[in-house]
Amino acid sequence: MTTDKERTTSLDDMFGDFAELVLENVTIELDELRLALRPMVQQIAKAAARPALEMPKSLIPASFTPPLGEYTQVIQEITLGAKKGQGGTRSKTVTIGGHTAPAWDLFQAPPKHPPIIAADVFDMPISLAKMVKMHYKEVLDDPAEWAKLVVDKFGADVVTLHLISTDRQLGDTSPKDAAKTIEEVLQAVKVPILIGSAGDPEKDGPVLAKAAEVCEGERTLLCSATVDVYEEIAEAAKKHDQVVLSWTSIDINQQKELNRRLFEWLTPEQIVIDPTTAALGYGLEYAFTIMQRMRLAGLLGDEELRFPISSGTTNAWAAREAWMNNPELGPRELRGPIWESVTALALLLAGNDLFMMMHPAAIKTVHDLVDWMRERQSIKPEDYPDWTTLSIPEGT
Amino acid sequence: MAKLPGPLEIYPLLPGTNCQVCGEANCMAFATKMAEHTVKLKTCTPLFDEAKYAKKLEKLKNLVRPPIREVVIGTGEKAVSVGGKLVLYRHDLRWSNPTAFFLDAPDTLDAEGLAARVKSIEEWTYVYIGTNLHLDGIALRGVSQDPKTFAAAAKKLTKLTDWPIILCSLDPKMLAAAAKAIADKRPLLYAATLETWAEVGELAAKHNLPLVACAPGSLNNLASLVGTLRAIGVEDIVLDPGTTSRTGLGNTVDDFTQLRRSSIIEDNELLGYPILGAPITVWADYKKDEAPELTKWDEVLTASAQIVRYTDILVLHSVDMWTNLPLTFLRSNLYTDPVKPVAVEPGLMEFGEVDSESPVMYTTNFALTYFTVESDIKQAGVNAYLLVVDTEGMSVQSAVAGRKLTADGVAEALEEYKVAEKVNHKILISPGMAARISGETEEVSGWTVKVGPRDSSGIPKFLQEGKWKEE
Repeated sequence: MTTDKERTTSLDDMFGDFAELVLENVTIELDELRLALRPMVQQIAKAAARPALEMPKSLIPASFTPPLGEYTQVIQEITLGAKKGQGGTRSKTVTIGGHTAPAWDLFQAPPKHPPIIAADVFDMPISLAKMVKMHYKEVLDDPAEWAKLVVDKFGADVVTLHLISTDRQLGDTSPKDAAKTIEEVLQAVKVPILIGSAGDPEKDGPVLAKAAEVCEGERTLLCSATVDVYEEIAEAAKKHDQVVLSWTSIDINQQKELNRRLFEWLTPEQIVIDPTTAALGYGLEYAFTIMQRMRLAGLLGDEELRFPISSGTTNAWAAREAWMNNPELGPRELRGPIWESVTALALLLAGNDLFMMMHPAAIKTVHDLVDWMRERQSIKPEDYPDWTTLSIPEGT
Repeated sequence: MAKLPGPLEIYPLLPGTNCQVCGEANCMAFATKMAEHTVKLKTCTPLFDEAKYAKKLEKLKNLVRPPIREVVIGTGEKAVSVGGKLVLYRHDLRWSNPTAFFLDAPDTLDAEGLAARVKSIEEWTYVYIGTNLHLDGIALRGVSQDPKTFAAAAKKLTKLTDWPIILCSLDPKMLAAAAKAIADKRPLLYAATLETWAEVGELAAKHNLPLVACAPGSLNNLASLVGTLRAIGVEDIVLDPGTTSRTGLGNTVDDFTQLRRSSIIEDNELLGYPILGAPITVWADYKKDEAPELTKWDEVLTASAQIVRYTDILVLHSVDMWTNLPLTFLRSNLYTDPVKPVAVEPGLMEFGEVDSESPVMYTTNFALTYFTVESDIKQAGVNAYLLVVDTEGMSVQSAVAGRKLTADGVAEALEEYKVAEKVNHKILISPGMAARISGETEEVSGWTVKVGPRDSSGIPKFLQEGKWKEE
């Protein structure tokens, strides 16, 4: 193929403003032109030579039919937390799931229960990106104060208490110690709390079993059961009527397998699924696609995937572009929280229901997004601004 | 959903000469690749060159035409193809033609200002897993509302850049002037509306230019406009159902989704065209003396939602790193071929001039993790071994949590790839994220484990300090 650069240069040389040429000469010299000129002019000649179409007198009316789908199964509704009359001590409960259509298809059905945000709280100081840490430095060694901060100041819907100090390498605190921390956090805030284990295969079972016992009546979410560690957790959840987060590693078949095993103890009202969240730029597409597939499979009748979905969105900070102190990449005060926000937004649109997050600006953004997208607004054609003539100050 | 044609439907429409001009062994092989959409029809040049195949070509074009037509903007190497989508969900095959990012330039800029703006757009780049992320084109806006100024700016722009251009004005006279000036650069015209379809449609047909049909807020109106433009003879159409941000974001997500689903799932041929989104519209709410970062934040959110929801062309204003990094990353992630392997081959990799003194690091075989670590080691220019442990394609953090990366696995890899024979020390540098298994790894493998940085960008500094060698 001749390069287009050559082509355009030579055309310019030959004709200058060749639009004029087409108009004035084409009907007379068409055959000659076809032989003599390169493909681009041929194409233009062809367009001009087409039989003249009659100009319609007015707009030809057409209509659009919304592409409604058929969905045979409803995504399970899961309620977390319990109020006084329900056997718990929370001032409110939260419900997720219940969807009857793909995520955010407002033309079919708005989300039955809008997604919620759980702010992460840790039971010991941990290493955090500087831009996250600056918001928590006063509370890093006080989980109860930490929980109050995320609820009162950052507006978290619920709190996830991560009992990482139970890890054999991070302090090896006992399930009994963990129970004490849970009690403190339950006292400190009135929203539902979720319990996260440390990810230590030896300790996770006993710690979450103890948590299930301590939270009797509170309807907590035990995070998490995995294909390696699930029996003790599922059994405790059954005994104390808790909900279990079924967590797998970016593998839809593994997710189905683990859920099948959990069915031995749990009812559908007791399962939330988490296919693992990778950061924007570092595998987000796997999480995005698997969530989208799970939501669709659930709606189309797969009983093993009909559950609300949870995401460890804080993982967004694993991306170096989120935290690196590099002025060339722009201020990290903005870069970090926008990274967490965009990671969340992609998963929000994929169908995620429960976001575990940390940066206050990202938490606010996701709350805003959920609010903005909940229902269609009445926006008239004339309300859309003409952006072609907008005067935008230079340097912005 | 329309069924994509298989090789047996495509094969009879090919020349059948097995000429190998396309680079395939024979026509059947070409048909198979056509069905997988991994080759382009135009590489079968005999079909296009020889008159006797004209009928076959016509049939074949119809057969393989994607449910979303492909539209080309610009000319030459920088020309950008938009649309051409085959499936609604990337997991059904893959998304083709990544969303093209057009950054705006007002026609009111003076020569210097325009040159500077073009430069900032062309030079925006970032290296991401071995490729240079970049923006794609320039949207010239008719802020002056003066046809002469607009046409002059368009002409000036083509002297400054060979990047594709969108001419943006709702005034037909403006578009006519600028289109005449730069028609040979194949700009996209923005836009024909319910009021201007006759004039602008004729203009696009006359110059054979792609045209945006803009009917915000009503998909019925959009369908009417597209049908009418087609009747005038406009072939390359792009749809603008209107972009609203903030409290209107739900409408935009909903409209874009309905449009695309209607074309691909319900075979609505009338609206099977690329879609344009205009996050730049957030600037309509910007008030002078306000921090522009808030408006940019909204622009990123609107654009992100549109990238996820099927948008083929984005018109943006901000060229900051912090705004366009997340957007280009998101685009890159979602347009990755989902069947592309998640994992690289495990084994022992060598970087630089390794010898028996060289450090040995290990990582997982998740492709992204591996390529990130590889690029950090290469950039640092150090001599080192990198042991790639099989974690079934999971990142370090997930693999440790999911127990795909274990002390036993690391010890086996050390054994299998005979690392002890390559170096005269027994010190292994572990990823910081795998600190949890370092003790156990020492026990099982007999190697001393030094915990490296949590992010591989810290590798150069870590190696330079030399502490890994200390007992």
